[in-house]
Amino acid sequence: MRKAVGAVRQFGRRVPVASLWGVVGRRPLARHGLFAVLVAIAIVIFSYQVSSYTNYNLAEVAVFVIAAAGLTLLTGVNGQISLGHGALMAVGAYTTALLLKSQPNLAMILVLLTSVATTAGAGLIFGVAAARLRGPYLAGATLALALALPQLALHFSSLFGGEEGIPITPPSAPSWLGATFSSEQWLAWISVVAALVTLVLLANLMRSWVGRTLKAVRDDEVAALLAGINVGRIQVLAFVISAGCVGLAGALFAYWVGLAAPAAFSVTLSLQLLIAIVIGGLGSLVGAVWGSLVLVMVPDLTGSLASGLNLPSSIANNLPLAIFGLVLVVAILAFPGGIQGGLKRLAGLGRSRWRQHGLRRESG
Amino acid sequence: MRPKTVLPWAALTCVAAVLAACGGTAATGPSSSKNQASAPGITSSRITIGSTQPLTGVAAPGYDEIAPGSKAYFAYVNAHGGVFGRKIKYDYLDDGYNPAQTPTLTHQLVLQDNVFAMFSALGTPTHLAVVNYLNSEKVPDLFVSSGCNCWSNTSQYPDTFGWQPDYTIEGKILGQYVKQHLTGQKVGYFYQNDEFGLDGVKGLNDQIPSSSVVSKQDYVATNTSIGAQIAGLQQAGAQVVVSFSVPAFTAIALLTAAALNYHPTWVVTNVGSDPPTLGAFLSNISKGAAGGALATGMISDAYLPLVSDASNGWIKLFKGIAQQYAPTLPWDGNVLYGMAQAYTLVQVLKASGRNPTRAEVLKTLETVKLTGGPGLVPFDFSKSSHLGYAGVEVVKTGATGAQTALTPIYVTGNTGKIQRYTATPTKAPASGVPSN
Repeated sequence: MRKAVGAVRQFGRRVPVASLWGVVGRRPLARHGLFAVLVAIAIVIFSYQVSSYTNYNLAEVAVFVIAAAGLTLLTGVNGQISLGHGALMAVGAYTTALLLKSQPNLAMILVLLTSVATTAGAGLIFGVAAARLRGPYLAGATLALALALPQLALHFSSLFGGEEGIPITPPSAPSWLGATFSSEQWLAWISVVAALVTLVLLANLMRSWVGRTLKAVRDDEVAALLAGINVGRIQVLAFVISAGCVGLAGALFAYWVGLAAPAAFSVTLSLQLLIAIVIGGLGSLVGAVWGSLVLVMVPDLTGSLASGLNLPSSIANNLPLAIFGLVLVVAILAFPGGIQGGLKRLAGLGRSRWRQHGLRRESG
Repeated sequence: MRPKTVLPWAALTCVAAVLAACGGTAATGPSSSKNQASAPGITSSRITIGSTQPLTGVAAPGYDEIAPGSKAYFAYVNAHGGVFGRKIKYDYLDDGYNPAQTPTLTHQLVLQDNVFAMFSALGTPTHLAVVNYLNSEKVPDLFVSSGCNCWSNTSQYPDTFGWQPDYTIEGKILGQYVKQHLTGQKVGYFYQNDEFGLDGVKGLNDQIPSSSVVSKQDYVATNTSIGAQIAGLQQAGAQVVVSFSVPAFTAIALLTAAALNYHPTWVVTNVGSDPPTLGAFLSNISKGAAGGALATGMISDAYLPLVSDASNGWIKLFKGIAQQYAPTLPWDGNVLYGMAQAYTLVQVLKASGRNPTRAEVLKTLETVKLTGGPGLVPFDFSKSSHLGYAGVEVVKTGATGAQTALTPIYVTGNTGKIQRYTATPTKAPASGVPSN
């Protein structure tokens, strides 16, 4: 990373009229940061224009973006599959719930950071075991995690509140925002900021030597080993970072639901995260955003579509799920590289058309 | 630069819009002979209520008939003058019995569909995920479809009300029956390992001496292989099995026991014993090899008139309405349940006056005794209790699937003695609509 920065400086010196964009555009952290600030401003403006319910959904998308981005790093970039990230979200959520139970007035930022730390710790323990496993064995082990961890809440019900879970009071907006500022909008702001910070940090990480090492391990473990990379350590590192992100998502999820309960962190949640990163575009952070949008919005749309048609209840009840499944199948068939892959392909097609068009004009 | 100018402007418009909305509602007076928009979800011509229901997923079979049952009754009321001329609009959404799904849908109902109240939201784990939210938003949370006694937490959840007898009350009265009528027999427990089953067991333990309980087996609602548990009961020699299970698991338990040639006396909670529902499960799961006959002799309890009692005025009324307004629904305990709940809601709304606010409806529930409903016993609503029906009678399923009463009606609380309830049940009104 240091080398890359140096190159930019050299480059800057060689071009005397380096514009602001010239510097910003070539430094990943500055570029991503600037982009994130612009997106944040746009979303803040957007959040004032829409209803509380849309803000509530916005918070949900942001939470899923964080979790999906974390899983993208592990599965998309490092090539380790995990069917247990839903359970790691539970670690974050329960950390938040237990912290707030003992210290109701603890600052939210501290709660979030502690949840990140605990979940990263859980990720470290599991990552050490996972680094020894490959392919289906890793999938099996993480699936066991997804199944077993929520059961702990039932087993130690005096601590974790059993099936009922532990209630959490959603954060109330600070008074300087005005009395009419809804708690949904406030949570949306917090979640969006958390998502953007996560995305900027991950995007940066992926462009650094760590990112290149992660990809090297994914593409060919033996080659990576020969290049002097400690494969096991890098796999554990990926697990820890990924778990940290998911822990943040779990904490915000608990605030969003207002509860940490085992049933919310079922295997389905883990699979949904996997669906999000695959349908969005494996290995791309923008893909994680697309995937989260699909995950939150498509069931909503199919639900209203199914209730709009006048069908017998046995069909209408199951139609949203069927359509959601169909959308997933069609999307994967049409865009094997996910939505992001599809968009890139479309952009590529457009560009080559444009070029052909230009050539024809030149020759004609 | 942009945000500096846009933000305050956007904030100002928001504040202005809300102020304008507040000014509009403040002008309405409480007592009037004309219909007014007196609360969120109440317009001059309509009352909108919402619910979350398991229309798909593990809990759907059977329970997905409850909301259509309620809706059929509302359609009947709407066709017969409505509530002070207002039509009831009932929006129920599918949460698939998934507590992660319920909050989104509940927010949708409250924030977007602008419901006056939540009604009959189904499930203990699902509804626990939203009960805090509903109470912080002061949305009336009426008649939760679950017998958890958590709904009667009046200090923490002042806006939430239960409806059916809580599982501890059921457990106590079933336990008393086992103690008195199946004396000396070895008893085994079979229960769902969550609030539902554990609350039921609490009631059973209150009555059944621990020396006669030979085996306690539990199951989790996500794992349908319960062979080991049933074999455990058989091995322990349990002659009576008291079961706090949902219909699907009651059916699996009956089939598993039959396969093991194990034929104890089954005593099953009301929620897991409705004969038509159970019959459908038994034949579905066994692919037609078994049917409702397997449930013959099952002992259970009831707090509503018996589904099969065609001579009962309430059953005649509700069955007739179901056939007219929801002809595709089967006639069973779930539909009856939904319709009886809907009847209670109409009762409350009528008792709350022409232009009620949310707070007024809650106050009516706490202070006005609702009499003349389909229940065998009155509601236990007061300032200190939000439990629903506080008593049941013990019933037995006959060979045709018809249930008959075995005992008088008993009432009790979560603690305290079981008492006989002697007042005669009320008759259904000729109009089919509550009068007050």
